[in-house]
Amino acid sequence: MAELSIIWKDKIENVDRLRMNAPVYYAVDFEIKRELELPLYGYITLKGSEVNYRVKISEIKGYEAQPGIIKKTTKKLKTLLRIEEVQDIAAIPLSEFKKEEGTSLRRVTKFSYGVLEERKEIKIKKYRELTDEESEVDEYVKEKYGLSLPFSIIEKIVKTKNELGLKKKDLEKIIAKVVEKYRKRLVDPYEAVGIVAAQSIGEPGTQMTLRTFHYAGVAEMNVTLGLPRLIEIVDARSQPSTPTMSIYLKEGVREDEEKVKEVAKKIESTTIIDVADIITSVADMSLTIVPDAKKMEGRGVKIEDIVEALSKLKAYKLNVEVEEDRIKIKLPEASYKKLYLLGESIKTLTLRGIKGISRAIVRKSQDGNEWVIYTQGSNLAEVLGIEEVDGKRTRTNNIIEIANVLGIEAARNAIIEEAINTLEQQGLNVDIRHIMLVADTMTYNGTVEAIGRHGIAGEKESVLARAAFEITSKHLLTAGVLGEVDHLRGVAENIIVGQPVTLGTGAVTLVYRPKKR
Amino acid sequence: MMRRAFGLTKRINSIQFALLSPDEIRRMSTVKVITADTYDDDGFPIEKGLMDLHMGVIEPGLRCKTCGGKVDECPGHFGHIELAMPVIHVGFVKNIKNYLDATCRECGRIKLKDDEIEIYKQKLEEAKKMGASPIQLLLINKKIIDEAASRPICPHCGAEQKKITLDKPTTFREEGRKLTPKEIRERLEKIPDEDLPLLGINPETARPEWMVLTVLPVPPVNVRPTITLETGERSEDDLTHKLVDIIRINQRLRENRDSGAPQLIIEDLWELLQYHVTTYFDNQTSGIPPARHRSGRPLKTLVQRLKGKEGRFRSNLSGKRVNFSSRTVISPEPFLSINEVGVPEAAARELTVPIAVTEHNIEKMRELVRRGPNPKGDKYIPGANYVIRSDGRRIKITERNAEDVAKKLEVGWIVERHLVNGDIVLFNRQPSLHRMSMMGHLVRVLPERTFRFNLAVCPPYNADFDGDEMNLHVLQSEEARAEAKILMLVQEHILSPRFGGPIIGGLHDHITAMFLLTHKNPKFTREEALHILSYLDYDKLPEPHYENGKEFYYGKDLFSLILPKGLNLEFKSKICDPAVCNHKCMYEKCPIDAYVVIRDGKLIAGTIDENAIGSMKGKLLDRIAKMGSDAARKFIDDLTRLAIGVISYRGFTAGIDDEDIPEEALRQIHEVIKESVKKADELIELYKEGMLQPAPGRSIEETLEMEIMRVLAHARDEAGKIASRYLGLENSSVIMARSGARASMLNLSQMAGSIGQQSVRGQRLHRGYQDRTLPHFKRGDLGAKARGFVESSYKRGLTPTEYFFHSMGGREGLVDTAVRTSRSGYMQRRLINALEDLKVDEDRKVIDTAGNVVQFLYGEDGVDPTRSSGGENIDMDEILTEVFGEKYLERRRG
Repeated sequence: MAELSIIWKDKIENVDRLRMNAPVYYAVDFEIKRELELPLYGYITLKGSEVNYRVKISEIKGYEAQPGIIKKTTKKLKTLLRIEEVQDIAAIPLSEFKKEEGTSLRRVTKFSYGVLEERKEIKIKKYRELTDEESEVDEYVKEKYGLSLPFSIIEKIVKTKNELGLKKKDLEKIIAKVVEKYRKRLVDPYEAVGIVAAQSIGEPGTQMTLRTFHYAGVAEMNVTLGLPRLIEIVDARSQPSTPTMSIYLKEGVREDEEKVKEVAKKIESTTIIDVADIITSVADMSLTIVPDAKKMEGRGVKIEDIVEALSKLKAYKLNVEVEEDRIKIKLPEASYKKLYLLGESIKTLTLRGIKGISRAIVRKSQDGNEWVIYTQGSNLAEVLGIEEVDGKRTRTNNIIEIANVLGIEAARNAIIEEAINTLEQQGLNVDIRHIMLVADTMTYNGTVEAIGRHGIAGEKESVLARAAFEITSKHLLTAGVLGEVDHLRGVAENIIVGQPVTLGTGAVTLVYRPKKR
Repeated sequence: MMRRAFGLTKRINSIQFALLSPDEIRRMSTVKVITADTYDDDGFPIEKGLMDLHMGVIEPGLRCKTCGGKVDECPGHFGHIELAMPVIHVGFVKNIKNYLDATCRECGRIKLKDDEIEIYKQKLEEAKKMGASPIQLLLINKKIIDEAASRPICPHCGAEQKKITLDKPTTFREEGRKLTPKEIRERLEKIPDEDLPLLGINPETARPEWMVLTVLPVPPVNVRPTITLETGERSEDDLTHKLVDIIRINQRLRENRDSGAPQLIIEDLWELLQYHVTTYFDNQTSGIPPARHRSGRPLKTLVQRLKGKEGRFRSNLSGKRVNFSSRTVISPEPFLSINEVGVPEAAARELTVPIAVTEHNIEKMRELVRRGPNPKGDKYIPGANYVIRSDGRRIKITERNAEDVAKKLEVGWIVERHLVNGDIVLFNRQPSLHRMSMMGHLVRVLPERTFRFNLAVCPPYNADFDGDEMNLHVLQSEEARAEAKILMLVQEHILSPRFGGPIIGGLHDHITAMFLLTHKNPKFTREEALHILSYLDYDKLPEPHYENGKEFYYGKDLFSLILPKGLNLEFKSKICDPAVCNHKCMYEKCPIDAYVVIRDGKLIAGTIDENAIGSMKGKLLDRIAKMGSDAARKFIDDLTRLAIGVISYRGFTAGIDDEDIPEEALRQIHEVIKESVKKADELIELYKEGMLQPAPGRSIEETLEMEIMRVLAHARDEAGKIASRYLGLENSSVIMARSGARASMLNLSQMAGSIGQQSVRGQRLHRGYQDRTLPHFKRGDLGAKARGFVESSYKRGLTPTEYFFHSMGGREGLVDTAVRTSRSGYMQRRLINALEDLKVDEDRKVIDTAGNVVQFLYGEDGVDPTRSSGGENIDMDEILTEVFGEKYLERRRG
């Protein structure tokens, strides 16, 4: 079922109110210009990355103040919607909503029409389905040994079989050996995998360099590496200190350097100061923009573009005069302060390109088969909106951005990838399972959480464990007010009260009591 | 005395936190403290004073008036102070502000409509059902409070609300008028119990008005003991000082209030009382000066006692001091097994193991006791220090009473005997960064005064012998000893969980020795062979070979003696250089003997070096370690002994003359460097003429720097290449570098050729004086020499300017290390804290304490990284070799 629908962002309180009071009129701050078939479903997103609620709209009309309506905001209300009911739906990532031509993904997160495939169920996609050959092996192992081998092992078995052209008898011999080994290699129940993972990542930290910058791949770009980068990853910073992207392009574009450069130009953001000088004249209280013809050409900017950009500065009533190769700006009610402020804001006016990307460089990929754009600064949502970009391979080192645009699973994979790369680059060998565990702990509740007092450690179940970590007194005091109960299930709290921890041999609760003779 | 509980012990199930009500404070109090004095002139605690004997005793000889216990028996009891006027508890100021904002000033109800209250209650209920913890609910409460606080009129009684502001730290104002704690308390009292859950208070454990104190609990004296100095002078604890202040002001306030003093004076005193109570709780409250000791040192009050690294939590609760431990310098002892630790006699006599006396061992125990605490003899004979009787009494054994105690010894007593060979102990070196920093060792009592262990165990502890000290702990219970033996013994930790490879293995001389023994298969006479093998326990000599009628043995045959039977393995040595065979491996026929072939436990070809037996890298070691920990222990023990045999027979020395290179080579190096310096000068010339093309996205200056760096790095590499061309494998230093034992070819080329560019923060040196690094150069000189290029070699020596530049580079390294340790230490602490509670359950899910699933199958395949093949769950190569044997290995070569 395809339908035209509306998505908008709102706060949970409003959604609750709608739910409580439905049917009710709901005032929103956007206009709906198109004719829509009623009743229709609208969708509400809470944080702009996924849609959680569906509302049935039975009427749309212009806004007028009336009692008993629920308002989205207090100001600039434009439309009234009659909400019939509010339904909780399984979260759908915003990226799954198709968008109309000409709208970028970023805009979709705010408000847009779109054709939406309604989803009735969540389908969990496996990495890939087993091939016939593989499922044969899988079935065989399940039947003979009552054990389900991990996908990666089955893959290996089938690969070896084909490479060596093994006969059935030999294959069975190998499978027997594999099963025997696999069983031996399984982790022991109650193993303290968390501590082992933390130690395995923390211990090599002392061997890492502190040198912040290094050239990774592209000589022109500095990227944070080593210990500072690792700390940044576990901190889940919303902005890495050196955000970068490697943008891969679709077939037909990536082979042609010129075409790729075109795309790079589109991406790289150009500000006025990049292409022109600004002269402040106190004598006649004016600013003069003197464009550098060479730079303008290099960036593909025309004087008209600058004029247009200036027109966006609505806060000032500017008097713009174009004289040949320069632009003179006068302020009607000029003061030194105003002039200065204007000068500052003009400097950083974006003429074109994607916000946040200050530099885009075109380089040959490592295998040398295509041209890739490397950028300083990152803006995944907008870059993915560009026609020529191959969204499947393009990446950024901004994990939070990945979580927002692509979802939590992508963020988890990004954490793993970034951490592994950082460690490997330092020549340190750390098992991927440890990093996976860290990544999973950071993401398992649906949002990227930092390792530290603002993230996981601050949300521990146990009062004592929290008090022992940081901000001791605050945790103890609130525990009293809330009447919290510490069930002593973790490690730190059991150590504090002086009893065995609940890991490893301490986790076993079965006790054998021999019969009395 | 405490008795050790055998069998099942009780566990604390849970701990409930709550606020103390004034009533409860009075109820648990044993004495109402009214006088600010502590002791009378005779040094006896004053009654109703701060050291009242009802609150516990700290002086030997006295008895507690509450429980009758003596010094170590009485746990201490609380007292209380009745405050003349209520004061605010600093810790709850923010809470109080929230409550005042969210509730009506008249009726005390939360300022929400009844239907809203219903909605929010439902919401809280729902969240609780979904498993939200109280702190997660707090986020909802915050929203409720914000919502309620924004109401200007109470929906219940219609009263108009006034804006309340908080003057940090403890003054509340309502539209400018000061609210006294008394008024605040009255308002909080009006809040009905039903509204409390919405405000984030659990009505079963707390009431808002309890956050304004009317009674102050006085902690037991055990918590704030008096210290008697050597001079006989008494010094009170910081808490006692603070309590004295509180009582004094409290008394003055009461007197003034009762005598009807002017409001102004009362208010001043009240504020002073508030100050003292505030600093009593937290002496680092922002906005008020910290209370100070007479000497000017800020007092350590309640919050300071708990907080931070030296606080109660991190210093006394999460980490505890222990008995039965010792610490001394470490030194190497290659003849010990990796499982062992050499313990000095003096330590062995001090550290004891408790042994329960049974009918089976009573005679043995008698003998131990009879020997007393200090048995004489040429060799170490264990004795005993204490016996513990069945009633828990501890008897110290002295030379005089030894005989006596031995006679009285009964079944059921416990004898604390000295360490003997074979006891299991825990051995540890700080910083304890991973679990291999604390392993179980078996005791070997040795003479002298250091702890000793096998060199192969250095890497997991990250130990060396330049004065390092280590700790040793003796386990005191049978369970602990059993667990240590099964789980913590060194041989169980040969494989590191970090990367699934061996972390314990050959190092330095072991690698050199194995290289000398196996490279190009040297021949040894029977005599030599016997010397080499003399430290080894082996069945019989390999078959000898004959040449010119002389009997001799091959080095590879000798090495094969320590390999387990049935081992098949092939890999490339560290010395493998693809340039030799043009990237076409010649396997056994490798001209530099760099392809290791092991068939059925026999070394057929190849050189044993770092890639075979090195810690972290050894492939051979890895394979053997996965055969089982006993086999691995035996292999490493044999390896270290064999290595010592080899290297002490052959002799091995490295000196500065190893880096001697011929005149010709020196000349070539000089040439190369001169060339490069010239190239750099040309670049600078180009730059000065403005002809240099900037790299995209870089300034011209940056481009120039990059280019110069590149040219000069190239110069050093070239110099190194020339030097190593003249340094062959007959050179000791080269043997070490190439076999991976120690140092690298880069180090050698720096000694023989040129040291190269020095850098700080990845750039050439540029700071110092204006526009120049040192006054020896012209301003603005960008040339190689002026910016920290060291042309000399370590051997030739550095010029003064070079020496200075080299120190600059060296200093950066030192600073870097210092900063890094603290940064990575904190990161590790955070990681541990976040992950410590995760465990694998019976079906290999990873769960946390609340039972949340973090991973459905550990590591996506359920495989323990320690047992993996370098991270791979299953190594097909290994399996195929095991199933098909040599046939597969032949085939693999194609």
